[in-house]
Amino acid sequence: MSEHRLGTQVGQLARRSVLRTMRQPAQIVPALVFPMFLLAVNSGGLRDTTNLPGFPTGSYLTFALAVPFVQGALFSVMNSGTDLARDIETGFLDRLALTPLRGAALLSGLLAGAVLLGLVQAATYLTVGLVAGAELVTGVPGALVIVALSVSVTVAFGTIGLFAALRTGSGEAVQSLFPVFFVFLFISAMALPLDLIQTDWFRQVATLNPVTYLLEAFRSLLFEGWEPEALALGFGIAAAVLAVGMTAASRALKTRLVRT
Amino acid sequence: MSSPLANGIEVEGLVREFKNGPRAVDGIDLTVEPGEIYGFLGPNGAGKSTTVLMLTTLLPPTAGRARVAGFDIVADGPRVRASIGAALQEAALDPLLTAREHMRLQTALHGIGKAERRARGQELLERVGLSEAADRKVGGFSGGMKRRLDLALALAHRPRILFLDEPTTGLDIQSRTALWGEVARLAAEEGVTVFLTTQYLEEADALAGRVGIIDHGHLVAEGTPAALKAEIGRPTVEAVPREQGDRERLAAVLARFGPNSGASPRGAAARLEGGEAQLAEVVRALDSEGIAIETLQLHAPSLDDVFLAKTGRSLEGAGAAEEEVEVAAEAVDAR
Repeated sequence: MSEHRLGTQVGQLARRSVLRTMRQPAQIVPALVFPMFLLAVNSGGLRDTTNLPGFPTGSYLTFALAVPFVQGALFSVMNSGTDLARDIETGFLDRLALTPLRGAALLSGLLAGAVLLGLVQAATYLTVGLVAGAELVTGVPGALVIVALSVSVTVAFGTIGLFAALRTGSGEAVQSLFPVFFVFLFISAMALPLDLIQTDWFRQVATLNPVTYLLEAFRSLLFEGWEPEALALGFGIAAAVLAVGMTAASRALKTRLVRT
Repeated sequence: MSSPLANGIEVEGLVREFKNGPRAVDGIDLTVEPGEIYGFLGPNGAGKSTTVLMLTTLLPPTAGRARVAGFDIVADGPRVRASIGAALQEAALDPLLTAREHMRLQTALHGIGKAERRARGQELLERVGLSEAADRKVGGFSGGMKRRLDLALALAHRPRILFLDEPTTGLDIQSRTALWGEVARLAAEEGVTVFLTTQYLEEADALAGRVGIIDHGHLVAEGTPAALKAEIGRPTVEAVPREQGDRERLAAVLARFGPNSGASPRGAAARLEGGEAQLAEVVRALDSEGIAIETLQLHAPSLDDVFLAKTGRSLEGAGAAEEEVEVAAEAVDAR
């Protein structure tokens, strides 16, 4: 037998995660369709918002196109968490625990499905948005950075799903998180730029909400140009969520897997 | 450090106590010799699965010691896991993966080299009769196919000791017999030590060289099936009256010869305190009471009789209440 290398373990579990994601259209389709539906409704209904003095772009579609990337990432909380919760419920996690599997390999491998989902989502949202007439002032390099940011956010949010699954061991509990996360999206600068939000308490909440800065990072690439500060904040928040989520999930895994 | 019983199991005073719950396993001592099939028999909730979880290192014991394949289950968890294979209760499979993909994942995680993985997977799938279904998703498998795949996965890394937790529960008789055949072959031809939990008497009888009977977390009897039955030594007589109105009178007559025992809903049964020689007396008593009999059967002692003698209850259906207690205890315990 060869050495139990971490790379092999991650690779095999990543392969499984990707296969599972590809074989569950019910995971992929809602993550693609619902954000596009919301984009269509918002960009149609709020089109005249661009007439507000100081609105940063003349195309509300371009402004709203940032939302699907974050909304889609929320689906990864549900998908990665539900998959792991199902492994716990069915005893598959015990099967894995009986092998020389390392905890880090398990968590990393499980997130591979989120990477795939993030890639497919980003490519779809961007393509649909551009075909519908959205701007992309940073061109092809910007598109690649948008995809990278989208995957980063999707993976980062996925770790929260893993944590929830390991803490609760229940797919239903993980799914109940979805509306909670959705609230974070709605109390951000989702519909208006921060400086145009007139209601004080809402502006303050949106200013404190990290989702606002994820949206601003996407928006900077879509219609503002290369904004290092916005990108640093966006990638930084994704990295922070990833670090916190991965640490919490690792601890929860140790509690869940009490193998000696 | 490895002990002399390198392919066996040694358990001393093993205890598992759940938070806010009962002692699921309460001081078990047992030894399983290398190459032996050991049947661990008991009703649902008796502590069988908890014992298996401890011996497979998935659940730390509250007290006591155990060595599996010569390694301490607490101090040498990784070495224990490398030496054992386990098919735990309910075949834990991914319905979205094929049988071949399961084999590939399992062999890779056990560190089997890339070149050997495919051959080993194919060999095991053939052995359990799943080569034709190898590329089908497991979600469409029957219960028997899932159990056979579960067994193949447990054997992926050529373990010296195999834990099978109720491997045939819910299977039809054909699937059950096929699985028994493979387990018997593993022990006989490959020298694999098998620790088999079951609630089926006939399974323990057919497969196990020795049987341990567990009830409420205690080992209440241990020995070969033949020795245990000989220890009880009392056959059971079961009769069905021609007229159902005579059933209570029939039970009263049989009760003169020994305690009532499990019988079909239409009949009554009693364990003959005086052995099979009393059968003639039973017939005479029924005749003198004027009870017409449709069928009369004499059953040799079974493992259920052993369980009844040791616990005061029949094994059949004995575990329903305890199962709820154990499940509740496990649910509140942060494993």
